[in-house]
Formats: sequence, structure tokens, C-alpha cells
Amino acid sequence: MTTLETPLQPGIGARASRLLHSCISSPGNIALTLALVLLAAYALPPLLDWTILQGHWSGGPDACAPIDGKQREGACWAFVGSRWTQLVYGPYPDSEHWRVDAVFAMVLAAGIALLSRRVTSKGLIGLLLILVAPPIAGVLLAGGVLGLPEVPVSRWGGLMLTVTLAGAALAGSLPLGLAVALCRRSSLPVIRVLAVGYIEFLRGVPLVPLLFLVMSILPLLLPPGTDLALLPRAIVAFILFNSAGMAEVFRGGLQAIPKGQFEAARSLGLSGAKTMALVILPQAVAIVTPGLLNVAVAIVKETTVILIIGLIDFLNQIQAGLADPKWLLGDQVRDSAYLFAGLVYWAVCFGLSRVSARLELERERRG
Amino acid sequence: MMQRRDIGAVAIQAAVLIVLGAIVWFAASNAAANLTRLGINTGFGFLWRPAGFAISQTLIPYSESSPYLAALTVAALNTVVLAAVSIAVATPIGFAVGLGRRSANGLVRGVSTGYVELLRNVPLLLQLFFWYFALLRPLPPPRQSLTLLGAVALNARGLFLPMPVADEGFGAVLAALVAGILLAGIAARMLARRRERTGDAPPAPPIVLALAIGPALIAALVTGLPMHWDLPHLQGFNYQGGLAVQPELVAMALALSLYSAAYIAEIVRAGLDAVPRGQIEAARALGLRPLTVSGKIVVPQALRVIVPPLGNEYLRLFRNTTLAAAIGYPDLTMVFGGTVLNQTAQAFEVMLILCAVYLAINGGVSALINWYNRRIAVAHR
Repeated sequence: MTTLETPLQPGIGARASRLLHSCISSPGNIALTLALVLLAAYALPPLLDWTILQGHWSGGPDACAPIDGKQREGACWAFVGSRWTQLVYGPYPDSEHWRVDAVFAMVLAAGIALLSRRVTSKGLIGLLLILVAPPIAGVLLAGGVLGLPEVPVSRWGGLMLTVTLAGAALAGSLPLGLAVALCRRSSLPVIRVLAVGYIEFLRGVPLVPLLFLVMSILPLLLPPGTDLALLPRAIVAFILFNSAGMAEVFRGGLQAIPKGQFEAARSLGLSGAKTMALVILPQAVAIVTPGLLNVAVAIVKETTVILIIGLIDFLNQIQAGLADPKWLLGDQVRDSAYLFAGLVYWAVCFGLSRVSARLELERERRG
Repeated sequence: MMQRRDIGAVAIQAAVLIVLGAIVWFAASNAAANLTRLGINTGFGFLWRPAGFAISQTLIPYSESSPYLAALTVAALNTVVLAAVSIAVATPIGFAVGLGRRSANGLVRGVSTGYVELLRNVPLLLQLFFWYFALLRPLPPPRQSLTLLGAVALNARGLFLPMPVADEGFGAVLAALVAGILLAGIAARMLARRRERTGDAPPAPPIVLALAIGPALIAALVTGLPMHWDLPHLQGFNYQGGLAVQPELVAMALALSLYSAAYIAEIVRAGLDAVPRGQIEAARALGLRPLTVSGKIVVPQALRVIVPPLGNEYLRLFRNTTLAAAIGYPDLTMVFGGTVLNQTAQAFEVMLILCAVYLAINGGVSALINWYNRRIAVAHR
């Protein structure tokens, strides 16, 4: 008996042969394939040789230093290894590193829970992550209470600062963006106009000028004598900037909810606020999650910009290490350091954007 | 009589405005106190005072004694040049990679996907540092430049290109070009009208093209090709002549255009995907040649989907030019938001101008995009 139950999935062999055929299907394609293969043959072996075979994996500056005045070939991974502590913790005091580790663990655990298919109460976790996690992380990192020694913001740096900034920007801009998106749909003209003006202004002014704006103007607007460190000001700028992007994402989600949903909820006797909270928002959040993840990717990439105002994030910590006279040993140190930094950012951003794409696809399939 | 809900609505809006007003009043009184305490001037009079600092790239005459207003213009021009060059480079690369993602050749598809996923997921600033600190800065000094055909040179001081120089009689060629384009426009309109009326007209593209560049070509030949190239040449310790591009601009343009090209590629791919397969199959079934299928069926429909997000991508590229501050390319933000702010300390005035310029350019371009969208939008039947 023949069954047609399982769709025909081509095996690996069939797929490989199809790929091969597609590469040599016409004279033009053969030429393209040849050019790409030649390019790979020219570029890849030296790259592999440089990064892996000739790479210097451990030790201090000596591992990459020139011998008898001759430049050492190969990547200098020893730079990453020996500056690891600075890259991750910046100038954060050695004895307090466990606090940073705890925050990292918290972020990681929440991230895994949010991405796992088994965990069901994701809404609750997300809410906790936005409302409860930031204050806990803030207290843990800053200290000064509960017997934790105080660590001033000026001693925050490295990967820890990047994560803090990205987390604060995300946790702040999400609710603010949702609020602005709701205001933009309000039936009250004053509130709608204010929301539109807010979004248009922040979509039009780039991040760097906005950062300069907050840096220079915010201290002037506070009562004389108030001293606000660089990092809180940068966080304010990041939250403002990304809230506009979040608001646009939420607006798209709210628009996608059919009008009948509002009408049905209202005719069941739900109030306006309850309609939003119980009927509209749960559906909208499911729609906008991929878009919100894309904003999160953008935030992670944007955090690097704060080195312009002199804060020492992960990337700037690498720059600082490269400027250290001990490591002025040749171009290979810089190349290796940038390659490493690129890998770190790429892994995070690529991972997040894959999740976003997967959610999008799942939603499309469900229809 | 007012309904209860209307009164509620007015009350809420009034309350919002009052709270907002109170915040503004509080901030303004703090600002006034702070400005007097710090002894900061107010007003826009500083714009006409000499700036007193040099700018490393000036497209219009500028010196240290020029006023702040001139510095603003120079910096704005630097931003515009950077954005224009980057857009011009990013667009063809983006289209090539986008087409590559839908190529019949599996290897080309793989490489294009790799390009997009690599460039999109690494911070632009890190890419900028790579091009600037890892690639351009370690280049050899002028004497050991990398040269191409003796006309282009690349070294640690920057990129040196041949520059076209107009000779006597170039004005006539330019006038002929303008006249030709006007003529071509009229001819295109007449041909289109005739085709609509009679269903038959001579093929438009060759006629329009000939009318557009023909007069200029004849004028150039008559006046004896009134243009020559000024080639850069090594003199002393550096290159002289030609068009010198500082390394900061090269790095910025490289980083911006390669980064944006990844996004443009995705836009192009989505545009191609938006053309239903049935359209292509129907065109083939009618016996159209592959080139005609692309040119008359796929591209016009794909462009309708591509153009709006492409415009937004250009705006994003424009906003990303502000990263220039990180490597010291004198763009608007670095010169005005950095140097001028530090010198004058007039944060309110400087930031107002800076934001106004960005908002104006941003708003102008988005208005242009919207206008174009309305023009090409398909009338729904």
C-alpha cells in the first residue's frame, strides 16, 4: 500500500546534488562558482593559518612580542586571555566581582527561560524581568545598602557596563514605548498630538546628538547642585531614543488587532482599561515580540556608542587595552582583539535575531 | 449640554497640560538659575562671532576667523557628502547582494546570506573601528602607496583620486546637456501620450537617451573636449593634486555603505519575494524572453515594494553618519555638538540648532519619500 502521509523530505545527498547542480547549471553560473571557489581558496587557508595554527593562545605580552626585532606572525589571542578580567568587569573592585556574576546569572537564567519552549508563563517572567530585575540588579551592582560596600558608577566598565546599559535601556524603553503607543491611539487630541510629537522628534534626531543633548541639557534642568553621573544620563538618552522605536513596534501590533475585538470586548461590558489589558494587549504582545527582539538587537549594537562620551564599555575596554604600551606589539594584536569583539557581539545579536525570525515564522504558520 | 464623558475628556487633557506645564516651569526655572550661576551667555549672537578653530575637511572656504555660522555650514556639508557617497556605494552593493540571495546558484546564495548575517549583527561602531584602526591606519606612508593605474593612490594619509577639471568651453557643454535633458523629457511625454492614444509609437528609450546626451556630446566634440583629469602625483612627502579624501571619510563611507548594504539586500530580497510566482510563469507562458520578464514584469512590481523601505534605510544611514565623532571625521555632530558646545557652553542654543538641522533634513527626505510612494502606489481596483 502506498501512503502519502509523510511529505517527501529530500535527504542530505539529494540536497547536496541539487546544490551542486545549481552551481553549474549555466555557463554564467559556472563562472560565478569558479570565481567564488578561487576567492575562497585564496583567502581561507591564510586566514585559518593566521587565526588557529599560528595563533598565540596563552601567556602575557611576551607571547606576541617580536623576537629579535622580527614581527611575530599569527593572531594574538593571549591579549584576550590576559585582559579577560578587565574586559568583563572593567575597573569594578576585584573582591566584589561575585555581584556582577550574580547579575549575569540572573540575566542568563531569565533569557533561557524566555527562549525555552517548555516554559509557559513567559508573560510573568517578562514582567518580572522588567519590573523586579532592574532594581535588584541596581542594588546589587551599586551597593551601599544591606551591608554591600558601595561601588560608584565611575567604577563600572567592560562587559558588565554593556549588559547594564542594554538591560536598563530595554527595561525602561519597553513600558515607556507601550505607554507612548497607547497615547498615540488615544481619542483625546492633546494626548495624541503630544505622543506624535514625541515619536517624530526622537525618530528624527540620531542617537549621538541625542546623547550630547541629554549630557549637556539634563544637568541644567535639574535643581542647582544636583550631580548626575555620566552613566545615568546615558541611560536616560538610551531609554528616550529606544522608546520611540518600541512605540512604533507596539503601534504596528495594536493596529493588527481587528476592530471586532474591541467591539466584542466592549459589548461584553468590559471597561476601556480592561479591554486593553485583558483582550487587546495579550494579542498585541504576541504579534510584536519579534519586532521587540529586533529593537533589543539594535540596543545591544548601540551600546557601543557610549564610548563617544567617554564611558568604558566592552568595546572601549578593548580600545583601552590596545592603547596599553605593553600591548603595542603590532597590528596582529588589534586584529585579534577586534575579531574577538566581533564574535561576541555577533553571537548575541545573531542569536537574538534567529529567535525573532523563528517566532515570526511560527506566527505566520499559525495564521 | 455637554455629556459627562466629554467633560471627563477635557479634564484629563487639561490635567496633562497642567502637569506638563509645571514640569517645564520647574525645569526652566532650574535652567535659569543654573545659567546665571555658571555665567553662561544666552542668545544666538555667538553665531556671528569668529569660531577660532580649524576643521580638517572644508568644502567651502573656511578659516579660523570665520564665524560659527560658517563652521555650522561646513560641518553640515561634511555630513551631507558622507551620506551621499555612502548611499551611492551602498545601493549597488545592496542590490547585488539582494539579488544574490535569490540567485539560482546555491553558492552565491550562501555567500550573500553570509554577508547579510555577518554585517547586520556586528555593531556599526566596531566595523568602523575595524576599517579605520585595523585597515586604513596601518597603511604605508605616501612613498609606498598602494596605487591603481597610476591614477588612484591609497596610503596612511588617505585616498587620492583623479579630479575632473573644466576647461574653457565647458559651460557650453553643460548648457547643451541641460537643453538635451529638457528636450528628452518633452519627447518622452509626447511618445507616452501617443502610445496611450494609438497603441503604437516608436520605441521610447533609444530616442529619449539620444536626445538627452546627444547635444552635449556634439557640443563636447565641437569645443574639443573641454575637460581634463587632474591626476594625483607624489611630490615631496605626500601626494599633490587630484582629489584628496581624508582617511576618516574613507573609513566612515566604507563602514556605513557596507553596513547599510546588508539591510538594502534584505529590502531587495523582500521586494523580489513580493512578486507572485504566477506573474513570472504567466510571462514565460506568453513567450517573453527572460530579460523581458525581469525588466517588464518583475522589476516594476518589486520596485513598488522596495522603494519605501529603501528610503527609510537611506534615512537610517544618514542618522548613522553621527558615529563620525568616534574617529574624528568633522561631521555636524562632532563639530557643532562637540567643539562649538565646548567653546560656547550655550547648550540650549547649540542643541536647538543641531536638532533642528537633523529634523529638517530627516523631515524633508521623508516628505520626498511619501510623495514618491503616493505617485507609484497602485490604484486598488
